[in-house]
Amino acid sequence: MRPTCITAFTATCAAGAGRDALLDSLRAGRSGLRANDFGREPLKTFIGRVAGVEDTALPGSFSDYDSRNNRLAWLGLQQDGFRDAVLAARDRHGAHRVALVLGTSTACVGATEEAYARLTPAGEFPEDLRRPEVHTPHSTADFLQRALGLRGLAMTVGTACSSSAKAFAQGARLLELGIADAVVAGGVDSLCGSVLFGFNSLELISRDPCRPFDARRDGINIGEAAAFALLEREGRGARLTGPRLSGYGESSDAHHMSTPHPSGRGARLAMTEALARAGLEARDIGYLNLHGTATPKNDEIEAQVIAGMFPAATHGSSTKGWTGHTLGAAGALEAVITLLSIESGLLPGNLNSLQLDATCGPQVRLASATGAVRHAMSNSFGFGGSNCVLLFSAQDAA
Amino acid sequence: MKLFASPRRLFVNGAALWAPRLPGWEQARAILSGREPPPAAAPRPAPQLLPPNERRRAPDTVAVALESALAACQAAQLAPASLSCVFGSTHGDLAITDYMCTTLAATPAQISPTRFHNSVHNAAAGYWSIGAACTRPYTAISAGPHTFGAGLLETCAQVLSSGENILFVLYDIDARGPLAAVAPSRGLLSAALVIGTEPGKQLLAPFDLELLAQEDFEPSRAQPANAALVAGNASEACLPFMEALALGGEHQVRCLAGPGLGLAISLRGPG
Repeated sequence: MRPTCITAFTATCAAGAGRDALLDSLRAGRSGLRANDFGREPLKTFIGRVAGVEDTALPGSFSDYDSRNNRLAWLGLQQDGFRDAVLAARDRHGAHRVALVLGTSTACVGATEEAYARLTPAGEFPEDLRRPEVHTPHSTADFLQRALGLRGLAMTVGTACSSSAKAFAQGARLLELGIADAVVAGGVDSLCGSVLFGFNSLELISRDPCRPFDARRDGINIGEAAAFALLEREGRGARLTGPRLSGYGESSDAHHMSTPHPSGRGARLAMTEALARAGLEARDIGYLNLHGTATPKNDEIEAQVIAGMFPAATHGSSTKGWTGHTLGAAGALEAVITLLSIESGLLPGNLNSLQLDATCGPQVRLASATGAVRHAMSNSFGFGGSNCVLLFSAQDAA
Repeated sequence: MKLFASPRRLFVNGAALWAPRLPGWEQARAILSGREPPPAAAPRPAPQLLPPNERRRAPDTVAVALESALAACQAAQLAPASLSCVFGSTHGDLAITDYMCTTLAATPAQISPTRFHNSVHNAAAGYWSIGAACTRPYTAISAGPHTFGAGLLETCAQVLSSGENILFVLYDIDARGPLAAVAPSRGLLSAALVIGTEPGKQLLAPFDLELLAQEDFEPSRAQPANAALVAGNASEACLPFMEALALGGEHQVRCLAGPGLGLAISLRGPG
């Protein structure tokens, strides 16, 4: 495919608000996970909670959109000058030429949960939550489109944990076809009862800080994040500055709603397609950001697929020990971490993990390292067997 | 202002529709074109793609989405496993959201694991991929009240980008409980289209497509008697397009793909 230029990107997660804070945490091996203090009866687990969401206020005219997810989205937009970059792109291309594709799994369901917890005696939503704007999956994309003054296509992708990776793939197609000249692609997911107690019901939650690829890993920590990238087409004018989205691959497991295909068929398909679309080989990948949720099954199967596809020199890791599993935002958050790896030469390891599982090949690394990264890949695999793999390249390598 | 025009003519190679009073495409075609009166409400479909023991307990979203998805593939004479798909739903599974929120408010530790994994917006798409043994990618989208137009545009974008036939499935179900006051939707409705860049074996209609930026864009309306058959369902915006397909021949159909964004579709009629 023709590479898509990433002219701005940012992330806000438990490990930091903005790129500098996140990179600092990655470099220092400082996890953003903390003992669960979310909700009325917190489960015994660790979470990746973003500081300051409660104190974030939406701009005045958007009070009907108020919810944890939309506050987190707004907080995320302010970092790294991202909002200004979008406004500049809007001025450059015109508001109708800027599309927005947002991945989310939670949307604002936390607000719906709160309404049910505070029903009136007549069984109705409390007055302050009678706001249709927040009780629907498209809420955050709708809010962001209005708050940024964009008038192009705006869409929500909800494919569980691959949602916001797929937002990048969809955005690249919109640019390729000329449906938009710039696309805000991203993901926003926030802590809420549905995901904490839902994953708990599946016995997939760890009571301890999660340990991706560790022999004794026993589940995920739920996290929250807002992460965005501004995708633009290379025009006839001056060369755009920034790393490139050089490939993507999407597939379905066609196996089970909540467990991965036993041989990793869908994961392999998506990685193979991403490489093919970029015209690259597995050996070209300098850093591989793994899905690595720290559930026994995901990590076992992903490690086996990686061992069969990549040379020993590939540096692969899951960064969920820093951030928790941010579900619908994970694809975009880990895209940003992958881009930071290309920019900074930092190759993160698997934080919190002490002894790698026997299924891991030499590609899965405990310790962080440094080195020049020209091409890097990020894996996102979701419930319903939805897989999406993104491939990024340094500006001069694409 | 024209934002985009499809560089190629596109083709509806298969279509399907299911609502209690429009139970399946052949019957819907006769009803929407005024040749037959609508029947009494049909019971919920039992999707043939699911194993028999799962057909009855499948969530409404899955049952109604898979019914039309399979019917559209059969109409197009294409194997379900061969198609990438776009699933669209304004609100997703409102019944499961009601269940999740009710249970969380009372006994959060009692959430059903099956209902939780069925609560994801891609549950219908996931069950489809499993039932169809389809390893091609799917996506699951929402664009609020504009989900039909935005989903149709995304489907056409995938068709143009890949050169392949793509399956588009749209569905919404009735809202339950207190949520119904803020996320209204009534009855079951699903529509499915197989769209490609080449005419298929059972071509329904060639069409051209434009995306327009127009603040006062007026979407087409279905005949009032037809509109009444799906009125109040969050996916009802599909009806003018499905009605035009049912009538056959040349039609201009306009539908919203977002606030101030309109799709202008010129259906050419086969041949």
